[in-house]
Amino acid sequence: MNLILFTFIVLLGFTSYYFGRKKAYTIQSTKKRLTALPQFYGYYLAIWCAIPAFIIFSLWAIFEPTIVKLLILSDYSNQGYLDDELNLIYEKTKALSRGQFTGEITPFIEASAEKYLSLRSIAQSSKVVIVLSAIISSVAYAYKRISSNSRTREPVEKFLNAVLFTASLAAILTTVGIVFSLIFQTIDFFKVIPLFDFVFGTHWYPAKAFVRDSSEALDPTMYSDTFGAVPIFAGTFFIAFIAMCVAIPIGLMSGIYLAEYASTKVRQYAKPLIEILAGIPTVVYGFFAALTVGPFLKELGTSMGLEVSAESALAAGGVMGIMIIPFISSLSDDVITSVPQSLRDGSYAMGATKSETIKRVIFPAALPGIVGSILLGVSRAIGETMIVVMASGLAANLTLNPLESTSTITAQIVVILIGDQAFGDPKTQAAFALGMSLFLVTLCLNIVALRVVKKYREKYE
Amino acid sequence: MNKNKEQLLNKRYKAEQRFRLYGLSAIFMALLFLTIFIFKIFSTGYSAFQKTWLIVPVTFDAELMMLDQNPSKEDLQDADYYDIALKSMADLDPNANEDQENELKRMVSYFFEKEIKNELLNDPNLIGKTKEVYLTASDDLDQVFKGNYPRDLPEDQRRVSDYQLKIFDQLVANGKVESKFNISFFTNADSREAELAGIASSFMGSIFSILVCLMIAFPVAVLAAIYLEEFAPKNRFTDFIEVNINNLAAVPSIVFGLLGLGVLLAIFQLPRSTPLVGGITLSLMTLPTIIIAARASLKAVPPSIREAALAMGASRMQTTMHHTVPLSMPGTLSGTIIGLAQALGETAPLILIGMVAFVNTIPGSPMDPAASLPVQIYIWAESAERGFVEKVSACIMVLLGFLIMMNLFAQIIRHKFEKKWS
Repeated sequence: MNLILFTFIVLLGFTSYYFGRKKAYTIQSTKKRLTALPQFYGYYLAIWCAIPAFIIFSLWAIFEPTIVKLLILSDYSNQGYLDDELNLIYEKTKALSRGQFTGEITPFIEASAEKYLSLRSIAQSSKVVIVLSAIISSVAYAYKRISSNSRTREPVEKFLNAVLFTASLAAILTTVGIVFSLIFQTIDFFKVIPLFDFVFGTHWYPAKAFVRDSSEALDPTMYSDTFGAVPIFAGTFFIAFIAMCVAIPIGLMSGIYLAEYASTKVRQYAKPLIEILAGIPTVVYGFFAALTVGPFLKELGTSMGLEVSAESALAAGGVMGIMIIPFISSLSDDVITSVPQSLRDGSYAMGATKSETIKRVIFPAALPGIVGSILLGVSRAIGETMIVVMASGLAANLTLNPLESTSTITAQIVVILIGDQAFGDPKTQAAFALGMSLFLVTLCLNIVALRVVKKYREKYE
Repeated sequence: MNKNKEQLLNKRYKAEQRFRLYGLSAIFMALLFLTIFIFKIFSTGYSAFQKTWLIVPVTFDAELMMLDQNPSKEDLQDADYYDIALKSMADLDPNANEDQENELKRMVSYFFEKEIKNELLNDPNLIGKTKEVYLTASDDLDQVFKGNYPRDLPEDQRRVSDYQLKIFDQLVANGKVESKFNISFFTNADSREAELAGIASSFMGSIFSILVCLMIAFPVAVLAAIYLEEFAPKNRFTDFIEVNINNLAAVPSIVFGLLGLGVLLAIFQLPRSTPLVGGITLSLMTLPTIIIAARASLKAVPPSIREAALAMGASRMQTTMHHTVPLSMPGTLSGTIIGLAQALGETAPLILIGMVAFVNTIPGSPMDPAASLPVQIYIWAESAERGFVEKVSACIMVLLGFLIMMNLFAQIIRHKFEKKWS
């Protein structure tokens, strides 16, 4: 039904465009001077068709469900039901009216389901009437304005400008959405678990929070020593550290080689090949780490008399390092190439060799940019999920031994939220609290890194 | 004195060479990783494109199927195929006892009844006759035939018994085992049985998510980029938007998953596990990537174009829409495709919005529950059965193939259609 209405409105829009343009031609034929190109007359009319339709549609989408719900539940209002029970009744009514209800059908619910259906059909038909009459009147108004040959280009362009501006707000809306979705759950979480316990506690055992009868009231003492995030934070930074131990030397050296030594031909082939590493989906790295690197390290360790877990931090971190190589290499390559040639020439003129020039002149000059690229790499390592989920352990383990398994923020979020989640459960909220800390940490890293890189760019531009 | 100088010089030259070598070996290492990686995936995955079939003679005995004389199409649909299916497997070894008959049955997939039924539905004249039918081998035998399963393990550690191996070897010797291209890998949905599992459902899930993502992210991102590059006044607010976009591009993907879970599922009550929600989540993630690419390519259009249009009396909006934007489109499009390729490989946010559910039907619209290719890789990689290992690699090959195609396409658009200004 909505689809038919929508198509009809779109058709109306096209027709009004056509009529607007035609009107412009008739005005033109009377030797009057047009105020804009004929198609602007058409656009003007079409916009006047679209705006009321859009407004009414969105108002309807926002208010119809709430109003219908209120009307349905008003039948139950004086019978002493709790809010939760009322919600359940409403859900049952909806399911029954859709024919998907499987439980026992009581006459009450059947009656409200019928009422629900009739309300929906009333709402639907009144929507059609209101939308169509609004469109017709607004188009008639616009047509009158066109006929008097008033300005059309300016309003149309103003409208377009407003659309463009709204689109540019999307990024801010996303950020707001992220903060919004994280913050409420996080606050609820810290109402049950003290912030101090979360930040300084050393036992992370969310499974304990799972065995809880949901009808019982929350008992905060039950969760003491359950949500101590220190092992998680430590594991996250530890795995990121291992990753950077792999990524920084290889990435930096290949960046330097590509920027300073490589012939154009080598550069032409090696650079895109290395960048393939950045394009491989992380789940593929995770599979590689779990299937190949983990068992390989385990075998290697056993042959040397070491005990290596099959899900060692080393495997996850090492593979993550491989993934980050291209970020560091291409960013530092860019940074080094943008160091002015005059610095190099000056150094060569003093008799320095190429490597001495790089180490003593170019590297210090490029350092801020390189640091920025490394920080971006760290932020990526901290936020990386699939490699850790698949190749590293899922049990939090406070250790600094790379051969044992540890867990990270991202892996814990996945472990907690995979499958069905119950909102309002401390365990689910814990995942959002972890997400919040992840978001804050990476945000700080990104802001610092982007600022450093930008400052550096300005210096040589 | 002179000698000292020479020694010093030699030392410096050696250091120079060493440094150069470090650089070279770093690149070599990076490329080595890439090679090992691709080799490993291909060497474990290529065999999944072949499927092992057992050729078993089946006697379509009307009595065993509980069929009357001259059965209609419906009768054939409803007939009982289990007994003849069982009997034809048991007939492989006339001397088999009851346990062994059970083992014989497990040599083929549990789908064997259906396969025999389809054979008869295709040719109803077969009733009362015997025909050799292709039956899907169980995934363990499939792995044995492909040489991926060690036969020399002690019997109690193997999932294939000695007896099954013996019969299987007889079949191989008689040429009754055949390996054919695995069509069902592309046409089947996911299954708990490795020999029947396919990528069709996750493939469609990926396609739907990417389409939703494209339909949301592309228009919004292009409009936003036009505003920021062509119309936005330089003030604090637009600076803030810009910083926001750059930061958003570096936010970990899993945070977008939490956004999808906390806002799209919990507040807007959109259906769980669907490509619709997945696509919206991914579109928020690709938005900054496309905005940045579109802005870069708008910036690359030389000001002379704009000035010429303005000089001819075009308004600013007309200049932008008629000249700047069309000229920037190749760059924008290739940036969009690269952004979509990133979204296609994304797993973590989709897991959080429930696209890991086991789906054994092929979704017909973005509102049906589905997995996506990377999530399918994750699901299979987590399952213990040996038969899934090669499936995972094969699925990775399909995914990588798509990513490579998309990236090539982006390159082609860029090189073919982008105007060089200079």
